[in-house]
Amino acid sequence: MFVARSISAEHKDLIHDVSYDFHGRRMATCSSDQTIKVWDLTDDGDWQCTSSWKTHSGSVWKVTWAHPEFGQVLASCSFDRTAAVWEEVVGESLASTQRGQSHWVKRANLVDSRTSVTDVKFAPKHMGLQLATCSADGVVRIYEAPDVMNLSQWSLQHEINTKMSCSCLSWNPSRLHLPMLAVGSDDTNPSAGGKVQIYEYNDNIRKWQKVETLMAITDAVHHISFAPNLGRSYHLLAIATKDVRIITLRCLRKEPNAGANPGGMSKFEIRQAAQFDEHSSQVWRVSWNITGTVLASSGDDGCVRLWKANYLDNWKCISVLRGDGSVSNTAGSSTGPNQLGLAGTGGNFGGSRGFKQGGSGQSSMWY
Amino acid sequence: MAANGMEEDFDDGEQPEITTIPDPHLRLGISARWGTGNQLAVHAALHPPQEGVTSGIQESPLVHEVRWGTQEVNNPIIRKLINETHGTFVSLQHHQPDTTTTNRKPQLVKFSRNYRSVIRACLMQLKQAEESARDDATAEEYGMQVEIYRMVELIWSLCEILFVETLPGGVVLAQLLDWVKWHFNEADGYANEATTSDTPHLHDSYWSAVYLYVLQGRNDEARKLLSLDPNRNMDVYDEYASIDELLRKMPFFTLYTGQSLAEFDMKWRHWQDECRRRYSEGEFNTNKNLETICRILCGDEDVFLDLKDLTETWYQMLVSKLLYCNPTVKAFDLQYHVKACIDAYDGHATLQPLDNILLAAIEFDLHQVIKESSSLLGNWWFVAHLADLLFQCGQLESHSLNYGSNLREFLLLDYASSLMSHPSLWQVGASYLDYCPEFGRYYLEFYLERLPLQTERKALKVLRECEKRDMKDISHSICKVMGVRALRNERLGSALSWALRSKDASFATFLADRFLSEYSSKGGFSSLDLLDNLGTAMVLSDRLTFLGKYREFHRLHEEREFKSAANLLLQLLTNRMAPKKFWLTLLTDALPLLESEEVIFSTQQTYELMNCLEDISLSFRSSAYLHGDTADDAQLKLTKGQQEVEKQKLDLIRLALARNLARAILSEGSLE
Repeated sequence: MFVARSISAEHKDLIHDVSYDFHGRRMATCSSDQTIKVWDLTDDGDWQCTSSWKTHSGSVWKVTWAHPEFGQVLASCSFDRTAAVWEEVVGESLASTQRGQSHWVKRANLVDSRTSVTDVKFAPKHMGLQLATCSADGVVRIYEAPDVMNLSQWSLQHEINTKMSCSCLSWNPSRLHLPMLAVGSDDTNPSAGGKVQIYEYNDNIRKWQKVETLMAITDAVHHISFAPNLGRSYHLLAIATKDVRIITLRCLRKEPNAGANPGGMSKFEIRQAAQFDEHSSQVWRVSWNITGTVLASSGDDGCVRLWKANYLDNWKCISVLRGDGSVSNTAGSSTGPNQLGLAGTGGNFGGSRGFKQGGSGQSSMWY
Repeated sequence: MAANGMEEDFDDGEQPEITTIPDPHLRLGISARWGTGNQLAVHAALHPPQEGVTSGIQESPLVHEVRWGTQEVNNPIIRKLINETHGTFVSLQHHQPDTTTTNRKPQLVKFSRNYRSVIRACLMQLKQAEESARDDATAEEYGMQVEIYRMVELIWSLCEILFVETLPGGVVLAQLLDWVKWHFNEADGYANEATTSDTPHLHDSYWSAVYLYVLQGRNDEARKLLSLDPNRNMDVYDEYASIDELLRKMPFFTLYTGQSLAEFDMKWRHWQDECRRRYSEGEFNTNKNLETICRILCGDEDVFLDLKDLTETWYQMLVSKLLYCNPTVKAFDLQYHVKACIDAYDGHATLQPLDNILLAAIEFDLHQVIKESSSLLGNWWFVAHLADLLFQCGQLESHSLNYGSNLREFLLLDYASSLMSHPSLWQVGASYLDYCPEFGRYYLEFYLERLPLQTERKALKVLRECEKRDMKDISHSICKVMGVRALRNERLGSALSWALRSKDASFATFLADRFLSEYSSKGGFSSLDLLDNLGTAMVLSDRLTFLGKYREFHRLHEEREFKSAANLLLQLLTNRMAPKKFWLTLLTDALPLLESEEVIFSTQQTYELMNCLEDISLSFRSSAYLHGDTADDAQLKLTKGQQEVEKQKLDLIRLALARNLARAILSEGSLE
């Protein structure tokens, strides 16, 4: 791995979340400084900040992009107890904006929560324009814009009381399965039970139902993420808790009379595919690559670890990233390719000639 | 989860690669998120995130974009390798075995050679680039690539010998000799040094060259070099002539000469007996150098140890030793001769990754070859192509890997993924995914949908790839993204053409409405070219049909085809094709026709128009009409002033209709 570039984000405080858009050419950052910044990839491959605006009256925890079929749309959530939907507008008040700058308009202000809104995520595209939020008081809310061409109309469709302080949520991206959500709690009391709940939308009764609680996970959960499903027969859920967990959920056949019995729920065979305590402390973030084959986990040991399964489904750490604590000399908004010499085991070729492994052309592979 | 004893292999204590990021803020905490492709955004973060707790950082926080192993793809030489081998890969997939395995083999060998020649060309270019590099960093970079592809070539050619070009009877020595000659030509270097000096035979390298030639079975070259030694004494008994004769007469086994193995074996024994005889008779006692050569010819174990600095590696020693001790060795038996050679070079403990790969190949452990290669070379290209070739050769199954095709696909998926993230190689990547039967299509859909669509041209290119593979959902989504983007930029015509392309009825309806309201507010249409040429595409949605017909009405009107225009207008109203909120506009459009000198609307038609007028004035009164179909749309509510204008309009139309009715009755009556 190598650092391609370092971007000076110009936030006045630390960044809480970074989110790439569907095509990976736009990036949004949010921070305790209450602003969101949108970055666009220029033709030269540099990130240019095209918009920065104050969004909330508290720390902005998360920022996330909607599918581009719905336009250029962002959602954010904050300590100020609200979540908001933003749309980029073109052509409005062009005179007042600088060249190359874009303008974002607040389309919706979702104020139903009475406590800090800890996570916000758009549903997978095939479900239309839906948005889930969760908050510290334990309520998951599902909003929908019934007319996808009108982003200012959002209605609160469902409220789920999870009875636990929610820290994070994740939609199952699979189109083959019923709409599914996983919710995690950062309640630190292990005796309060499982900290990850799985909900499924039942079309017959038009309600979200809890289908599973992962009893094996009793420590505080800080982040969860379903892996994209590219033809797998089961769902993969990564959990950041006191260690990294990877859980597989295999949907068992629904009860045959599920149609007649409107309350019929899917049944799952739940397995732990991996558990890693290499961070040897709390894990705060798990993130899948777009094919769901590599997981990045960030922990209190100051490391980002990449995990990959081989074709026998054995997971292994393939790479580690960490800060070195030295002062970098980043000037301007972006520095050029920064190649770091990497430590690696020396190979040997042809006897006497030494072969130096490492450097920018190298990458760890694992199959 | 296959539990087949392979699992412990994965707990081999291999350490993950560690990358450090120079950023003091990261001491506070770290957080990472994947982007599209092989890139991660890494930034400092405070855990847990708490309101009111500030980090106290002085400088702006940084976001580090970290890439995972796609760097070498940016090298033009490597890119050439990728493109050229892509062709070979595709034809290999289409190559159908000619029913029998015997016919298949030469073709597969050809494919393997083809790959190898591309690797060689790549290696040459990398070397050239290394030599002509402007700065040290570039040179080092290329130097590293040269080392990688040198190893790739070495491993590939050994695998070709052992797994692809397997000869009947499994006799491999001739091929191994070629392998060693091809990759290790130090002998030529030594020979060159010696012959270019004034006194070749006294040069330090002279004997090294001779020995190495003999060790590699290059006897003719050795003889040539020996003939340069002026110490040859022609008068007395000439030991040079003796060794020359032995070298000349040494039998080599070659297939296709009609010689049987037993026949060769007999000849060879006879020859070596002769060597031993001359040695034991002390023919070379006076000349240590020639004696050494003779000991090699006799297959004297010790002499190989003495010369281990010349053979450099255990595998070169192995080949030399086999040449003189066991020339008819079978491929499967190679592994039994390895240990002694490795011990000569300080044993197993000192083996480097490359050694392990070659050793695994000799032990016919393909799984290990691929595993070690992936971690040593960090190069998806090599393992993916090698695994595929071995799979096509039937080698992946026959070596007790019942998941052979999965391994191939697994590696191909990784390789293709590394290409899909690249702006100009994604089409190559897509083509690889086509040949991954289990997951390829899922991957491809996923990647195609996410390809950045910077321009319409790029979008059309991606669409063509989707259409080739009949991926309707993806095409639909791409068109929608492009359409929505055009709409946001107020390019209605372009948006509509994207909707038409993907036959997206609801989007087309939405856009037709936008065209109509644009007409209502501005009194004209944009994108006339498109609207005039909708043709059969207009049946996609009722609203679009109306839009198309309505535009046709305007055209007829402009072309002074008043009669047809009037008929069309009436038709739009009576068959309820026009949305109700648009009726008033249509009736207003009828005004000039009603007022024209010639009577255009018949009495019957006028009655129908009057019906429509009554219809809307009723709803106007009940105010439902003005709210459109969805009664809650507040934006459509008109102001008091606007309502007044509408009312005047209605009165005006009513008057015109009445006058036209009178004229129509008159003219129709007079015709009769």
